[in-house]
Amino acid sequence: MTQIFGDFNEGLPISQEFLMIGFSPSSIPLKQRWRNNGLSADFMADYLMTFVLSDDSTVSKYQQSEIKSAISYIANELLENAMKFNDEKVQHPISIRLQLYANSLLFMTTNTIPPDRVPEFQHFLQELTASDPTEMYIRQIEKNAEDEDSTASGLGFLTMMSDYLAKLGWKFETVQKDPEAIAVTTMVQLPVKLNLIC
Amino acid sequence: MDTKTTAMEIKTDEYRIGYDPESSMVSCQGSLRLGGDEYKSITEWLEQIADANPAKIVLNLRQLEFLNSSGISMLSKFVIKVRHKKNIEMVVQGSNEIPWQGKSLKNLQRLMPSLSLEWY
Repeated sequence: MTQIFGDFNEGLPISQEFLMIGFSPSSIPLKQRWRNNGLSADFMADYLMTFVLSDDSTVSKYQQSEIKSAISYIANELLENAMKFNDEKVQHPISIRLQLYANSLLFMTTNTIPPDRVPEFQHFLQELTASDPTEMYIRQIEKNAEDEDSTASGLGFLTMMSDYLAKLGWKFETVQKDPEAIAVTTMVQLPVKLNLIC
Repeated sequence: MDTKTTAMEIKTDEYRIGYDPESSMVSCQGSLRLGGDEYKSITEWLEQIADANPAKIVLNLRQLEFLNSSGISMLSKFVIKVRHKKNIEMVVQGSNEIPWQGKSLKNLQRLMPSLSLEWY
């Protein structure tokens, strides 16, 4: 089984420049490795900045910090989601990959998801891909505020779309039959105005 | 019917959140990237500040370098709580040098149109 939602672009050429980090999720409890999400995200952002032409006068210091901050935010949100939803019963690594293109950055995270949570998530994605992200963002925030126990639902995706103008897509794949294991790959395409060396 | 809220501070290696009742200022600094549940106690504490009905609340984010979406949700809940009070003036201070703020702080104003955003 393979199912696609949103802008999942499989036709992109493989970029020669990429950075990939893998995690073995069951090794340490979630709470203890939470801090690692931010560290990995900041590392990815720092690492990418070496590919930005720093002597290019058309690229201001602010534009540089803007792209660095966007990578850090998006990578952190993707990792937090991957860690939160990952199916702990399955031995399947979590990965995050950042690919560089001349005018865009591509993020991809892969994690498993417990099969019984798939329908709810896909239902959310159907709403997300059919809605105006800014309106849906406000709607979700108001809904969260009414419910004491609710934590941000999908707000990471919504801010990427609404505030960072990123395109998002998802691919669900059955990676194991018995017992059933489903992997979801989240793809985020971020347009950038920098001249990247790649 | 003003109730007194005492000064308070939460401080870790990564972030600091403080409230100074004299200036009605809530300040957040550093990098706030907690897990969803970990924000609960901060949310409750912010609600107490709003429940004390000060005339004005200043939310100073000028040194908040990073905030994850769960943190954005926490601040949004706070703004909605203040909006429900109807008589509290709300000011949010942001930094021109921290890019996420330029992208995301305007959403707080969408939640509470009377909120004023000040940039430094």
